[in-house]
Parts: sequence; structure tokens; C-alpha cells
Amino acid sequence: MTYFIDRRPNAKHKSAVNRQRFLERYRKHIKRSVEEAVNRRSITDMERGEKISIPTKDISEPVFQHGAGGARNIVAPGNKEFLEGDKIRRPSGQGGGDGSGEGGASNQGEGTDEFAFTLSREEFLEFVFDGLELPNLQRKPLKSLEEVKMVRAGLARDGVPSRISITRSMREAYARRIAMRAPIKRALKEAQEALAAEESKDPVLRNPARIAELKTEIERLEKRIEAVPFIDTYDLRYHQLVAQPQPSSQAVMFCVMDVSGSMTQNHKDIAKRFFLLLYLFLEKHYEKVELVFVRHHTAAREVSEEEFFYSRETGGTIVSSALTLVNKIIEKRYPAEQWNLYVAQASDGDNWDDDSNICRDLLIKQLMPQLQYYAYVEITPHDHQSLWHEYETVAEEFSERFAMRQIVDAGDIYPVFRELFKRRLSQER
Amino acid sequence: MSVTRKPIATGSDWNFSVLERFDEELARLADEYRLDTYPNQIEVITTEQMMDAYASVGMPVGYHHWSFGKQFLAVEQAYKRGQMGLAYELVINSNPCIAYLMEENTLMMQVLVIAHACYGHNSFFKGNYLFRAWTDADSIVDYLVFARKYIAQCEERHGVHAVEQLLDACHALQNYGVDRYKRPSPISAEEEVRRQDEREAYLQTQVNMLWRTIPEPPSGTEPLPGSLHSDDDPLDLHGGGKYPPEPQENLLYFIEKNAPLLAPWQREIVRIVRKLAQYFYPQRQTQVMNEGWACFWHYTLMNRLYDEGKVDEGLMLEFLQSHAAVINQPGFDSPHYSGLNPYALGFAIFIDIKRICESPTDEDREWFPDIAGSPWRDTLEFAMRNFKDESFIQQFLSPKVIRDLKLFLIVDDDQSDMMEVAAIHDERGYKRVRNALSSQYALSVREPNIQVVEAAIRGDRSLTLHHVQDNRRPLGRSVYPVIRHLQQLWGFPVHLVSMEEGRVTRRYHWPVEGESKEED
Repeated sequence: MTYFIDRRPNAKHKSAVNRQRFLERYRKHIKRSVEEAVNRRSITDMERGEKISIPTKDISEPVFQHGAGGARNIVAPGNKEFLEGDKIRRPSGQGGGDGSGEGGASNQGEGTDEFAFTLSREEFLEFVFDGLELPNLQRKPLKSLEEVKMVRAGLARDGVPSRISITRSMREAYARRIAMRAPIKRALKEAQEALAAEESKDPVLRNPARIAELKTEIERLEKRIEAVPFIDTYDLRYHQLVAQPQPSSQAVMFCVMDVSGSMTQNHKDIAKRFFLLLYLFLEKHYEKVELVFVRHHTAAREVSEEEFFYSRETGGTIVSSALTLVNKIIEKRYPAEQWNLYVAQASDGDNWDDDSNICRDLLIKQLMPQLQYYAYVEITPHDHQSLWHEYETVAEEFSERFAMRQIVDAGDIYPVFRELFKRRLSQER
Repeated sequence: MSVTRKPIATGSDWNFSVLERFDEELARLADEYRLDTYPNQIEVITTEQMMDAYASVGMPVGYHHWSFGKQFLAVEQAYKRGQMGLAYELVINSNPCIAYLMEENTLMMQVLVIAHACYGHNSFFKGNYLFRAWTDADSIVDYLVFARKYIAQCEERHGVHAVEQLLDACHALQNYGVDRYKRPSPISAEEEVRRQDEREAYLQTQVNMLWRTIPEPPSGTEPLPGSLHSDDDPLDLHGGGKYPPEPQENLLYFIEKNAPLLAPWQREIVRIVRKLAQYFYPQRQTQVMNEGWACFWHYTLMNRLYDEGKVDEGLMLEFLQSHAAVINQPGFDSPHYSGLNPYALGFAIFIDIKRICESPTDEDREWFPDIAGSPWRDTLEFAMRNFKDESFIQQFLSPKVIRDLKLFLIVDDDQSDMMEVAAIHDERGYKRVRNALSSQYALSVREPNIQVVEAAIRGDRSLTLHHVQDNRRPLGRSVYPVIRHLQQLWGFPVHLVSMEEGRVTRRYHWPVEGESKEED
């Protein structure tokens, strides 16, 4: 007897639980590898998974085994030139080949040094952003939410054909058919019984007129039953949709960067990495994240990503030009009621002397009240200049939502990023 | 020979009706050869499902544990890099016998797997004495379901971490979860569930009695072996003999019954791991035979299909190529060498038994007077039913196979500078090669021989084990992690003593109290 069963449609990811248990158990190892990977990776490639290696000795499952040493017999195949009594030099490495019948189970004993596997992109990002969270998400009051989502809400008598609810319509039709046929059926049954009673009488006593009358009555009733429609427009039911206000699940991230002469390509690469991390992080929290690139020297301009990172300009620096532009773009395209607004600014700290306090006022009065979060990184090994000091006053005022850090080289990015977004449990109370 | 070829199907595509027709043909031929099998349940699965199955060591339902996740990742990685094919050989010793076919395989591969697994392995599972004695094909799937549920419940009640640690410890000892000389009671899921509560209570009383500190005459219950109570010593001041009275090789069983501090649910989990280890115990001892038998039958059945014209030349060529790859044995000096290939060795021996039966030479008559010239099918059946690898090789490895594979014996003694070739494939060497190969497959040689000798039930409650050392081969470095696990289960210090010829060679302790090497 043989049965064939097609199991292909069965649930996938049967091992998912075991896989998670494994990742959980070796969290520390994996995290270390991930951190190294983040620092090593080229700027554009956060979008894929990562190969992780763990030393085999750390994850081995120990069992009692024979160790090296003592005398052992090995039977091997493929003898070509040896005769009995020949002496052979031991192959370098331990104990002369793994020739004896090691069962498959213990093969992972001590041979290979590294256990390697691949994390999927999601798992990778999970580890990258482990323990981080968006700081103090301001809960927007539901009233101001303009974003809506259509959700099903019961049934209606009219609607478009595409939203017809077949089961409900059929149920209505069934009920109607029962209701409409019931009186006719009752009459029919009475007529049939009368006819039967009449016909069972003695032939002499029968009333032919009565029989004929009953027969036409029965025929008429049967036709009426036939005539009850199987389905009627009256039966149709449609799914009804209503608009439900939704908490905003879209975010926009403004990348603001100084591209004046003092910013080298190296500075920009560091900035790019920082922006990229922030972007991936936001992407994990919001369904949709839009990017707006604003670059500035003495004047600010909205540009494409390519241009943002790779074209060079020279000249002085006026930071407030960029902040003004960001403010304008928000007013025009991203009303704060509908969008979660994030700004990340990277600069080497240069600014025109008179401009820094303008920046401060702009931030405090106009931008900060609308933003979810403002992150400023200063990429410089030197002392801070006026911009940093002005920003410090902003940070005091909006300590929850304004963060600033200094980055000296590429290695600082990830730690600084983690510091900016790490869970702040105690502070919130 | 001229056969009119009417292949059931050609090309490499397959569908269920074609597979069914091939299976009917194979079943007919298997019947002709008197292969006795369980009903087959052939499941078509995807690659990912196959990797799942691999990762759970072929159990169709497994409990959750990180080590299976590790297995899965390893298999996935190897498969993605193309280091490993996933075609042959996933068949579960159950009734009905479950075999997996992967959807990507060609028609030839599917037919080959059906022949190999559903008729080869299947009949081996049903016929071989070890499987008959140690496993219960009817109830294994139910038992696995029970085990999975029970462990999931424990995780809910006691936390994933606690269960995981316990399983880690049990897994470390799972090769020592079998009574090698006693037939176990059959496992049955229903029974397990029904008796579980009863057993929990009972086990606890057993343990309580063993560990009670105030001696009292056992009332109603049997006196403990080793006699806690005797007439000469009514107050039982000197205690009876040591406990256990005989050395115990089944470490998990000993833990399950005697570990003083385990909670009832923990004992139950120890038992589950032990029962599953017991289920896999015959497979570890019959690898060569089992694979050899399956290869012999897929080879025989496929050739019959070809002779009858049921398959075309193309399919046959594809089959021969695949078969040759499976039974390939690289020489010891080849870069591809990774030990003896059980498929190659087993297939060679079975084919040779058939040859000895059908056309024996003088040499065969001298070496195998009993089977030379006997009906091959009966002899093969006898060989399959009544042996395990160790005894099978001892009994049936012929000089011809030794010559064909050019087997030779090397003695690697760390006391001499060079390794010595002790025997080769010649008149003087056959027997020695055969003996050495046979013992190479003996579990008692492959795995260190470790037994519980004493639990200090009236002392510090420590547990002492003996490792019976052989040929001065010491324990590997993994010994410390393992006895640490053992100590976790036992709850009190564990001592492991390596002995050779009555002399102590080394002591291991956990918790570590400074190891010592015994010199004299």
C-alpha cells in the first residue's frame, strides 16, 4: 500500500521557532558580528543580510568522545603501495586522519573553527537597532488626524457590484423564498388533500366539477411557487465601508547637510552613513518614509540624493538658509498634522558668525514645535564654534526632542547613533 | 536481448499519476522479491521543508530547541552554497513508513528515492532485529506529538530558559540513554499520557525513599537493592552495600530514577530525551547495513524496470550516474576522502553475498561454506534480519570485497614515532582487516564506555562514574562540559574516573577541585 501526499502547501517556516531560539541564545555573539559589519560595510549596503560566524567551540553540543592519544586501529580504503609492516609518517595535524567511523552526529566536534550562517535583512536590522527606540514620540491628538483608512463596517442595501456580499445576499434570498412560498405551499397542501379526499370517495359520489376546480387550483399554485424568484434585487447586500481616522504612519526625513568648501568627501561619507542609519531606523517604525535632501552653503536648495552626496560646491556657510527652506517645505508639502517630521543635520560646525543666533531662534520658534525629533551631528575633530553653542541652548529647551553629538571619524557613527536613540527608561519618569 | 520498450514516462518531468504507476511497478517487483514492508506514505515537499526535516534529524514532529535551529542554519548554508544535495534518504521508521520526495527532483530521482527508501529502508526497518527490538514503528509519531506538547507545556509553566537548560544537559548524555542488553518496553503515546500523573507521583516516592535520611523498615514496598535494611544491622548504621549495586550504563535512566532534586516534570523530560535516543539507537548501529541494503534494492529494482522496458535508456543512464556517485569510495589519499562510505561498503558486501550464493569460487567455499551456493534471496534476508554493522562485517566481509576496496589496517600508537601498516588485502591480512573494521563499527569502541558506579546516598550525595579506558585512549576535551551538564542534572558533585586494566589513569571532577593525574 502506498499513499502519496502533497505536503507542499503546508505551512512554511516550521523551523522558525528553532531559528529564533538559536539567534536568541547567541545574541551576544551575533551582536558583536553585526556591530563589526556595520562599521565595515560600504555606505550603500545596509539593505542586505549578513553572514555571521560564531566560533564552533562556543556553540558545540558536547558529548563524551575519545580524545587524541593512545593506540588505535584505523581501516582505510585505497591501499596502493603499502605492504604489511610498513611504517608511515604521521600526517601533520592530530592523530592521523579522521578515518574511523565517526557518526554524522559528532562531525561538528572539533574540526571546523567557525560556524557560519546568514542573517536575513530583517534579522540583521533587528540586531542593528536592538535596544533603540524613537525618543518621545508625541502622541498626536486624534482630532487633528486627517489621514483616514476605509474599513469594512457592516452591510448596506446599496453599493457597487464589486462589494457585493455573496453569502449575505444568498442568505437573504433564501429567507425571502421561504417566506414567500410558505402561504402558497400551505394552500397547495390543502388543495392536494382535498383532491385526494375527493378522489378517494366512491365514484358515484364524486363531484367532477369540484375535482376539476381543485386541479386548476393546484396547477395555479404550483406555478406561483415556480414564479418566486431565486434572487431578487431586494436580497442584495453590499459591504459597507466607512472612513476611520488613522494615526499617521508616514514620516518624512529631512537630510540637511553643509556642502561648503570646508566639507570634504570624507565628511560627506560619514554624514551619509549617519543619514542612512536614521533612514533604516525610521523605516522600521513607519509604513512610509519620504526623504527630502537639503544642501546649503550660503544658499539652500532641495536636491536629488545623487547630487546631495556627490557634487561639490565652494563658498561660505549660512545654516539658517537651510532651516528656512526646511520650514517652507514643511508648510507646503508636509503638514505636521499628517506627517511625522524628522530632521537630521550634518555639518562641520562652520557658520557665519551672525547667523548662528538666527538659527537658534528659527529652531525654537518655528521648527521645533512641529518636529518629532531633530538630530544634529558635527563632524569635526576641532573645537566647537558658535553654531554648537547656540544649539546647546536649543537642546536645553527641547531636551526630549533635540539631540546633538560630535563625530570625529567613521568609527564613531554607530556608537553615536546608538547613544542618540537608546532606550531612555529612567529619564522618562 | 530485445525488449520492446514501453516506458511509463520519459523525460525528467513528473506528476503524481506517473509516480503512482512507477510505485505500482516497484511494489509488484518488491513483492516478487518477497520484500516485507510497512505501508508507504510518500510525501512530496519543498526544499525548505526538506531542510526542516533534516534539521530535526528526520523526526516529522519535533519539540523546540535551539540546536535544531543551528542544524537548520547549517543545512541551509551548505545547501545554498551547493555543498550538499538534498535528494536521498529521508525516511522515517514509522508505520506507515514516511518518505520524502523533493519537488525539484527529476523523475529518475523520484523513482530512485521510492525504490531506495520506500522498499529498501522500509523493509530494513520492518525486518532488522534491532529495529524490531528497540523501536515501535506504530507509535513513534504519536509519541513525538506527545513529547512536543509536553515540552511546550513545560515551557509555558516553567519558562523557556529552564526547559532549554534541561534539554541541553539531556542532549549531552543522550548517547548514554540506552540499556544495551535489555529490551525496552514499547513506547506508546496514549499510555504515556495516561500514566504520566501516576508516574510522576510514583517516581517521586521512589526518590524520596532512596534519599530519606532516617532509616525505617520499608513498609509495603520492596526493600531497596543493596539492602538498606538487614538483620545483622537493625539500626542500619553501616548501610547496605553501595548504590547502585551494579554499574549502570544507562546514565539518563539512572538520572531519571535517582537524581535527588529533579522535579517531576524534569524527570519526564529526561525520559522523553531518553526514549527518543532509544528510538535512534538502532540507526546508529546499522548505518552500513541499512544503506547497503537500500542501495542493493534500488539497484536491483531499477535494473528490473529497465529489463522489462518500463524505463528508457536516458533515465537509466541518469540513474547509473547517480548510483555511481552514491557508492563512490575515494581512496584514503584522495582530497575527497572522508572516511569509509557506508553506502559503498554496505552495497559491496550485499552484492558480494549474492555473488557468493550464485557463483561461488573456491575461496568463497572455504570462507563461507554455509552460504556458498545457497539461494541468494534467503541468505540476504537472513543477513539483513539478524545482524548489526559490527557483526554483519565480522560475518560477511569477504576477501573479495577487501581486495576490491583495497582495505588496509593502520595502527596508530602514540608511543611510537611512526604509524604501522598492520595488515593489507592479502592472505595473511584478511582476517585482521575484517576484525579491525568490525570493531571500528562497534558502538562500544566508537564511544567511550562510561558507567555509573556509585551514588553516595549516605555521604555527600556525590555521583561517581567509571570510564573504562581501552588502548590508552583518553577522553576528549568535551568531557568537562559534559560532566558539568551531568552535575546540573544530579545536583551534587560528580566524579569521573578513567580506569585502564584496574588502574586509575585520570580523574575528572565537577565542580573542579583540581584534577590529578595518577602516576606510579
